[in-house]
Parts: sequence; structure tokens; C-alpha cells
Amino acid sequence: MTERGEGILTAATRPTGLATEEPVGRSTGWWGVMLFLTTEGTLFAALFGSYFYLRFQHGAPWPPDGIRQPELLLPLIMTAVLVPSSLPVLWAEAGIRQGRRWQLRAGLFGTLVMGGTFLGLQGVEYSGILREYTFTTNVYGSLFYAITTFHGSHVAVGLLMVCWLLVASLHGSFGPHRYERVRIVAYYWHFVDAVWVAILFTVYLSPRL
Amino acid sequence: MASTDAVVRSRRFVAGSAGGGLLLLLSGCAGGGPSTLDPAGFGARRVEGFWWLLFWISVVVFVEVMALLVWALVFRRRPDRRVNRSEPTRFVVVAGAGLPIVVLLTVYGIGLRDLAALSTPEVPPAVTVEVTGHKWWWEVRYAGVDGATANEIQIPVGEPVLVRLRTVDVLHSFWVPQLMPKTDLIAGKVRETWLHAERPGEYRGQCAEYCGLQHAHMAFLVVARPRAEFDAWLARLGAPARTPDSDAERRGQQAFLGSACVACHTVRGTAATGTVGPDLSTVGARWSLGAGAVSNDGGHLGGWIANSQTVKPGNAMPPQPVDAAALPDLIAYLQSLR
Amino acid sequence: MPSSTTERGAGPGTEVVERLTAEWAEPPTLRGWFSTVDHKRIGRRYLVTAAVFFGFAGFSALAMRTQLAGPEAEILSPGEYNQLFSMHGTAMIFLFSTPMLFGFGNFLVPLMVGARDMAFPRLNAFGYWVFLFAGLFMWASVPAGAAPNGGWFAYVPLTDERHTPGLHLDVYTLGLLFLGISTSAGAINFIVTSLKLRAPGMSLNRVPVFVWAIVATSFMVIFALPVLNLDNALLFLDRRFDTRFFDTDRGGNVLLWQHLFWIFGHPDVYIIVMPALGIVSAVLPVFCRRGIVAYPLIVLSVVAIAIISFGVWVHHMFATGLPQLSYGFFSAASTIITIPSGLQIFAWLATMLLGRIVVRVPFLFVVGFIVTFVIGGFTGVMFALTAFDQQTTDSYFVVAHFHYVLFGGAVFPILAAIYYWLPKISGRMYSERLGRYAFWLIFVGMNLTFFPMHVSGLLGMPRRVYTYPGGLGWDPWNLLATVGAYVLGLGLLLVAVGVVHALRRGAPAPDDPWGGDSLEWATSSPPKPYNFPVLPRVHSLHPVWDPRTAESTGPGATEDRILTDGRQTLFTSELDGRYERAVRMPEETLKPLVAAIGLLTVFVGLLFAWYWVAAAGGALFAGTLAGWLWPAHRTPEEAGVPA
Repeated sequence: MTERGEGILTAATRPTGLATEEPVGRSTGWWGVMLFLTTEGTLFAALFGSYFYLRFQHGAPWPPDGIRQPELLLPLIMTAVLVPSSLPVLWAEAGIRQGRRWQLRAGLFGTLVMGGTFLGLQGVEYSGILREYTFTTNVYGSLFYAITTFHGSHVAVGLLMVCWLLVASLHGSFGPHRYERVRIVAYYWHFVDAVWVAILFTVYLSPRL
Repeated sequence: MASTDAVVRSRRFVAGSAGGGLLLLLSGCAGGGPSTLDPAGFGARRVEGFWWLLFWISVVVFVEVMALLVWALVFRRRPDRRVNRSEPTRFVVVAGAGLPIVVLLTVYGIGLRDLAALSTPEVPPAVTVEVTGHKWWWEVRYAGVDGATANEIQIPVGEPVLVRLRTVDVLHSFWVPQLMPKTDLIAGKVRETWLHAERPGEYRGQCAEYCGLQHAHMAFLVVARPRAEFDAWLARLGAPARTPDSDAERRGQQAFLGSACVACHTVRGTAATGTVGPDLSTVGARWSLGAGAVSNDGGHLGGWIANSQTVKPGNAMPPQPVDAAALPDLIAYLQSLR
Repeated sequence: MPSSTTERGAGPGTEVVERLTAEWAEPPTLRGWFSTVDHKRIGRRYLVTAAVFFGFAGFSALAMRTQLAGPEAEILSPGEYNQLFSMHGTAMIFLFSTPMLFGFGNFLVPLMVGARDMAFPRLNAFGYWVFLFAGLFMWASVPAGAAPNGGWFAYVPLTDERHTPGLHLDVYTLGLLFLGISTSAGAINFIVTSLKLRAPGMSLNRVPVFVWAIVATSFMVIFALPVLNLDNALLFLDRRFDTRFFDTDRGGNVLLWQHLFWIFGHPDVYIIVMPALGIVSAVLPVFCRRGIVAYPLIVLSVVAIAIISFGVWVHHMFATGLPQLSYGFFSAASTIITIPSGLQIFAWLATMLLGRIVVRVPFLFVVGFIVTFVIGGFTGVMFALTAFDQQTTDSYFVVAHFHYVLFGGAVFPILAAIYYWLPKISGRMYSERLGRYAFWLIFVGMNLTFFPMHVSGLLGMPRRVYTYPGGLGWDPWNLLATVGAYVLGLGLLLVAVGVVHALRRGAPAPDDPWGGDSLEWATSSPPKPYNFPVLPRVHSLHPVWDPRTAESTGPGATEDRILTDGRQTLFTSELDGRYERAVRMPEETLKPLVAAIGLLTVFVGLLFAWYWVAAAGGALFAGTLAGWLWPAHRTPEEAGVPA
């Protein structure tokens, strides 16, 4: 932190600040992504709120119409795959800060593998559940598929962004003072992870409460 | 609509509107319509009183604000005025927040009291009306009575009546401005409100929640009459429909029963038992056709049967291929159902 | 236009101005027209486009008022009437008010905070194109006879596939989702611009009220709009893919729609009114020749409204049968929210009472605003009180109320803003006489149109009826309202005439025709593409009235605020506006337009169920975005990594 403090000091005293992505104060990109994630988070919060509203307005039993309680094994495996996938992103970001491009690439690749595995597992889960009920069966089915698909599409977008970063990093665009895009994608990825934890609670655990 | 001609304007309304030219104008035009300022029921009267309180508070505050505004515009415009650079924060806080808080707390308290008063009647209602909203008409039944009418709710005067509200399709809102504030009809729920007419009369009501193409034609009439008259009317509603007693009416009945009408309409005591459209057992006595679309007379009835789509476009009744020669008989029969 | 810098004494020399011009000027070609990222051009486009949509929605209203002039009229069919009133409301709320105010924000925020552009100029261009396409997407449904017809709040189950088949409501849900992208992008841009791009020295307590209002509004957008987006997405899924969110037969619930809609919808009232109040706080003091009274209280009010507005939504649902306790709570919150507005009214009155008033057209509209907004405020308090609300909601009384709030509270300030900033935007003065005629026609017409609606509502007339029977006491009030609507229309037409007249024949505007206090008056009219030859240093709340500001751009100009090396502007710290560093701003580009076309393709594809078209549009969008944000290639030395 002291290093960054000095950075601010130098920047503030320089006649014309050098135009880099070096964090001197928060950048516009940082604020932009935070606000974007805030609005995304609000969307998910409203979705979870709707889940509980519809559930409690519906009353017992929940899930209705004889649908079984959601299986937990697969979602827990999915959690074990997705949540730790934030670690390689962190590692990649730490690497490029030190100028280690190989670490950036390796970390991003790890995330890509884990995220892809998660989506594959989601497909496996759907193929089982679709035999029992679909999104048109009743409001429970609609909620289950809407929430999980909406999150899944966020994972997919996140993976596209990681791919994009990976290509850009192979192209040689990032360095210790030029890694803002890495940071932004990392924030998005952490966000998608955090939302999954909320989904695990809302969709998979809360019906058992 | 001559429905509420007989209504006597309440004394309170006149007293309340003695205030200014605008209000005199207002009172001059209020008679005869479903005015919230001409209440005839407990709920509407409570809200009317509240309105005049809010109105006069608003007038006082408005005059105060306008006085400041006009003062500034008149006296602070002179070129010789010097700008005062002080910061009268205290004035802003007191006038803009302090005084309003006192007034708002008062009206909020009164509002809560009125809300509580409106939520339940003082005595438990003896009569329960089951009202069902359809696109775009009101089906009216009474608990314990096997019969139905449409767009017309008869109630005994001087006692609270429970109204149970359902909808078979979209949202509607049950509103009789002279008797009671609104209650929305919510799909999948049963809502309740109550009416307490203080004097006999006919009170117009109308759907107040936009419900599609013919939202404008979804009116009904609440008729408050003395208990004995109401009981007689209710007994009539539960009985079989009147049988025809002239040749024309008999021919009309045959035409009716031989037509597609019976698929959708009921006439009690006959083979007509359809439930899609309004029960026609007492159609001749109703105040209007098409839930307030046109008045209920022979000409309109004939036009309605032939092609109601020109009268109330989009309603559920298709044009009927009725033989022109048979139409007068059919009209005579339907008008005899009273 | 002579360079203003020469008038201001020793500023940067002509050489500096030439270099800035070379860096910032956009080519006057067709391609340049489509590729611009200049916030001033984009702001102007927002204003013009929103004004055109206002015209469409206004003509819809005139047609409705003509139909309602007398009982049992048959000028419009019920189907036409229902589409017109639905489009009128939807367009006035979503396609006029917010984009119009965002247009002023776009033009003014960078100027007021002393920056050379918005924080994300390309995103800004993208936001405009999306707004334009979404607006056209929705308006195109009118001639096709497929316009939304469920009212602007489109309650289910009326709006589900069973009760309203056809494209009507798909246009509504998709159109609003599409538009929401523009609004969200704009909101993020405003917040970041106001946080990071303020001129050095502009600490938070020196930020103009208008900018505060735009920022508070943007935060409300960030938190409110996703809820509307969710609501519309659920309805679209229900209609198109048979999900069951609102299907009561399969466990769905129709009140979910209303809750989500109004969790968005009530903040949205303030999303519309708040920037307008900011306009009043910008215009009024200038014509009183002093700073605004109680600036901290006004800022506090703005923030308080933004927060409380999220706790009042149930007052739109007082007739739906929620628990009494929740009525008590929401009634209290809805009552309380009038207090911050009251504070602002009295701060403005105090400013007038202490200043020396100069009456010009913008000020006339501000006075018109105070009169009408106060009336709308009274009826607003009435609607916060549950029992009264239940009696008058969904009657013409509520129509009168929200037109007093929205016409009084937003359109009057917008008109004031048009006259006030037209000299800055166009470099031309308007005709004072035409403006005064327009004001009086609008003021009289507005009250003549909407005041009688209070009465017809109290007399029991429900809203959204395409016709009504005679003899219920409603006829004269409706006739009056119709006459008023034509007077109002004439007045608004005069505004348009006045603007065109000013652009064609108006006298050249000086840099600071009113003696304004905020930084947009410190630069030329119209501003150069780089806004300020020297980014000013701010020492007080009223920088233009402060000689130190002029000193900082004149003799005191320093190299680190001139920045002629490429397109550059300054980052300062979020709270106290400390100088951080100069940053490079992007060049003009066609990518925002291409990305918006990609999105348009997505939404058109979804509308007509051409899902492959939608997928292609999505690919175009994603591909454009990937290129847009592609990081520049750097050698290992440039990037600072070992080779």
C-alpha cells in the first residue's frame, strides 16, 4: 500500500500525469465496472426477491405439484468447481502486476477450464431435471430455470471475456502498469461466483428450510 | 343518465362548497352524477369529510406560498433593490420542513383513523353479495340465493352489505363513488368490501382499473331500497323467470330457445342454461344494456341482438342471424323478463 | 466566433488553441456525423430526438382530448384510443422525460464540472444510438397498429398472451428492455464523469446542484431500472415461452408485476423530476442575482429524495388489498417524501425574496413551475393518505395530479432550460417576445387542461375510458380540458417556432448572456470541441462569479491544465477534487453505432421470433464490443515486462 501511496504522491506532483492505467486513485474503469455490477446485483436481488415472494404467496408445499426437493449433490459439486475458479483469476492478476505474462495466461486458462466444467455440469443437471418438470410446468419450474439459466448465461459471458483476455494476452498487450482490463474481468468473474452462492442458498437450500 | 335524479344533495357538501367561485361551479355540476362530493354511504362520507379538510389546508398553504412568490415578484424586481447575501437557513428549515411536518403528522393521523373506519363495518353485514368481474360486465349473485343478475346490485338501505369480489379474467376495480372507495379485483384472490347506503337511491358505479378494449363500458348501478322492498326483489331473483303471457312473447320465447342464445345465457326455468354471458331472467328490468353501453329499450335491444359489435365493439357476443320478422317477438319476450 | 480566450486577457496563445482544435475537431463529413463522440453533439441529438418523441406523444394526447371533448364521440375506435393512451404515457415517461433531461445532462455535466468530455465518450454515443433505435422500435408499432395497449404500467393478466395476443405487449417489454440499456449506460457515465472528471478544486461542496441532481438520479436509475427490466423480462417469457410467473392457475401471482413495476415506478417519478429540480436550482438564482439559499440543505434534500423514493411504492397499490400495517408504513413514507421537496421550494422562495429579480423567459417558466408543482405536491400528499387514495386513485383526479407533477415539475423546468441554455448550445439568442407568448399560452393551457381533471375525477370519472355517457356532470370539465389542450399545443408549437427562429435569425449569443455562475458560462457559445482551452481551477461554489477562476484560465494557466498532447482531460479525486493525472480520451469511432445496430437486430429478431437473426445481432454486438475494448498492442518494454 505504501508503494501505491507514493504513486499518488508522484502523480499529484508531476506536471502532467503520465497517461497509464496505473492506479492513481480509482480509475473511471473501476467506477464503471463497480456501478455496472451494482446494477447487475440489483437485478439478481430482485430476481431472488421475486422467488421468495412467489414462494410465500404460493404457500406450502414448495416445490408444488409433487416436484421433489432439489438434489444437492450436483449443485455442491458445481459450487466446488465455480467458487474456487476465482483463485486462478486472482493469481493471474497478481502475476501480471509483477510482469509475469505466463502467469496471467495460465491463470486465465485455469479459470476457463473451471467455468467450462461448471456449465457442462449445469447441462448434466438440466438433462436430469427436464424429465421431471420444465419451465412451463408451474411457477416453481419457471423460477428454477429462469434463475439458473440467467446465471449460467452470465458465466458464459464471463468465459467469453476470459477468452478475449487470453487472446489479448497472447497478443502481448498487458504489463505491470497496463492490466486494467484484467482487473475488470476479474471483478466480473468474482461477481458471478458470488451470485452462485446466493443461488445455492435460494434455489437449492431454501426449499428445505 | 337519469339514474340519480332523486338524490338529495347532502348538506355537508353545500356547506363545504360555500368557499369560492370554483366550488360553486363545482357544486352546480355535481348533481345527478356519481360524485364523490355527494356521498350517500358511510365510506364515501368519511372520505368526503377528509377531502374538504385536505382541500382547505391546501388552499391555506397555497395562498401562503403564492403570497411569498408575488411579494418577491413585485418588490424584488425594482432595479434599485440591493441583493441581500444572507443565508436564511432557519427560515427554510422552519417553513419548508418544520411547519409541514406538523401538518403532515396531523393529516396522517386522521388518514389512519379513516382507513381503520373504512376497513370494517360497525355491525356485521347480514346480506352478502357475490360480484364477479368479467370482460366487460359484472355478474351479481347473492349468498344463499340461486339466481343471478348483471350490472345491477340491489341492497337494503341503512345497513352494511358485504360485497365479495372475484374476477374470472383480468383485474377490475369495484367503485361506487357515492358509497365506498375502490376495491381492486385481483386474479386468483377473493376481495371483500362493504357498502352502507344511508338513503334510498340509485348510485352509479364503474370499473376503475383499466381492463382492456371496453373498460369504458363496464358500469353498474347500486340500487338501495328499504329492507322490505329489497327482500321482495331478492325473492323474485331466486324464483323462475316469468312465463310469457302474450302470443308475441310466446313466439319470442320459442325463437329464443331455438336460437344460439341458450348456449351462453340462462333464463331460469327454461332450457336456456348457458353461463358465458349474463343471466337474462330479469333482463327486462335492468337499467342498461352492455354494462352501461346503451339504455335498455326495445330499439337498443334489437340492435344489440342483431349486432352488438357495433354497439360495444369487442364484447364476447357475436352478431346473431335473427330473422327480421322474428326480432319484434324476441324483443317482446326479453322485455317481459322482469 | 472570436476566441473567448483573447477577451479574457492573457490566456493560452493562438498556437495552443490551434493544437487543441487539431486534436479535438471532428471531420465535417457524413462519417464524422455517425462516428462522433463529442458530448455536446450527442447531447443535442438527445434533446432533438426526445423533443420529436414529445411531439408524437403530444399529438396522441390531442387526439385523445378531441375524442373526449364531448360524450359518446366516435372519432377514435376503442382500440385506437387504448393504443394512443398507452403510447402517450409510455413515450412521455420513457422516451421523452428521461432522455430529454439526460440530453441536458450530456451537454451540461462535462461543461459544469469543467471537463472536456464525459468519462466514457464512446459509451455515450452508444447510449444515444440505442435510445434512438429503441424509440423508433416502439413508435414504429403505431402505424403498424401493433402499439402497446395495456397502459404505461401494463398490469397482468390483461397484458398476458391470452388477454392481449399480438405484438402489442412484446413491443412494450422488448422496447423498454432495449431502452433500459441506454438509460443504464447513461447513468453510469454521469456518475463516473461527476466523480472523476471534475475540474481541480471542485470538491463535493462546490458541485453545482444540477450535477448533484443528475448524479442522484443516476444512482436511482442504477437501483430502480434493473427491477423494471426483470419485470419486463418475466412478462416477455410468460408471453412468448409460456413460463408461469404471472399465471395464477399454475402458482404464479399477478401482484408480483405490480410490486416490481412500482419498486421501479415510484423512483422513476423522481428520476424524471429530480434533474428538473436541478434545472430550477441552476436557473432561478441567476435571475435573482445571487447564489442559491441553503445549498447544503438542497443537496441533502436531493439525496434524501433519492433514498426515500425506494420506500413508497405501495402507495400505487392501496386498492389491491395488502395488509393494513403495510399501508400505514407506506403511507407514512409517502407523506415524509414531500418534506425534502418542501425544503427546496422554500429555499427557492428565499432566494427570490433576498435577490434582485430580473424576469426573462427562463425565469417565467421557473415561476410557472413553482405554481404548478406546489399544486401537484398538495394532491401528492393526498394520495399518500390511504383512504383518500382509495377513493380517487384511477380516477381523473390522479390524472390531474401526475400531470401537475410531471408537466409542472418536469416540462416547465425543461422549457426553462431550453430558453436558458439555447444561447450556450446554439450560440444564438431567442426572441424574448415569442418566448413570452409561448409561456403564457403554455401556462394558461396547462392549467386549463389539467385543473378541470381534478373536478371530473372528484365527480367520479374513471381514467382510461375512451368515451363516457353525457349527463353525469363530466361534460363541461372535459370540454374545458380539451380546449386547454389545444391552447397548450399552440404554446408548445410557439416554443418550437422560437427555437427555429433563434437558430435561423437569432442574434449571436455572448459567452455569458445571463451572468451565470457555473462553468459552462466560462467558455465560448457554443463551446469549442475541447470545451475549455484551459481547464479551470475552482475555488468556490460559484466559479464564474469568482475572479480566481478567470485568473486560473488566464494569467495563471499552467501546462498541466492545458494538455495539448492528444485528446486529454483531467482525473481528480472523488471527494475533494484534488488533481490526480491527465488521461487520454478516445477518438471518434463508428463502433458505438455498429454495436447499437447489433442490439437493434437482437430486439427485432426477438420481436418477430426470428431467433437466428437475434443471435446474429448478438454476435455482431459482442464482436464490436471485443474490438472496441481491445487493448493496444505494446512491446514488452512499453508494457514493462521482461522480454
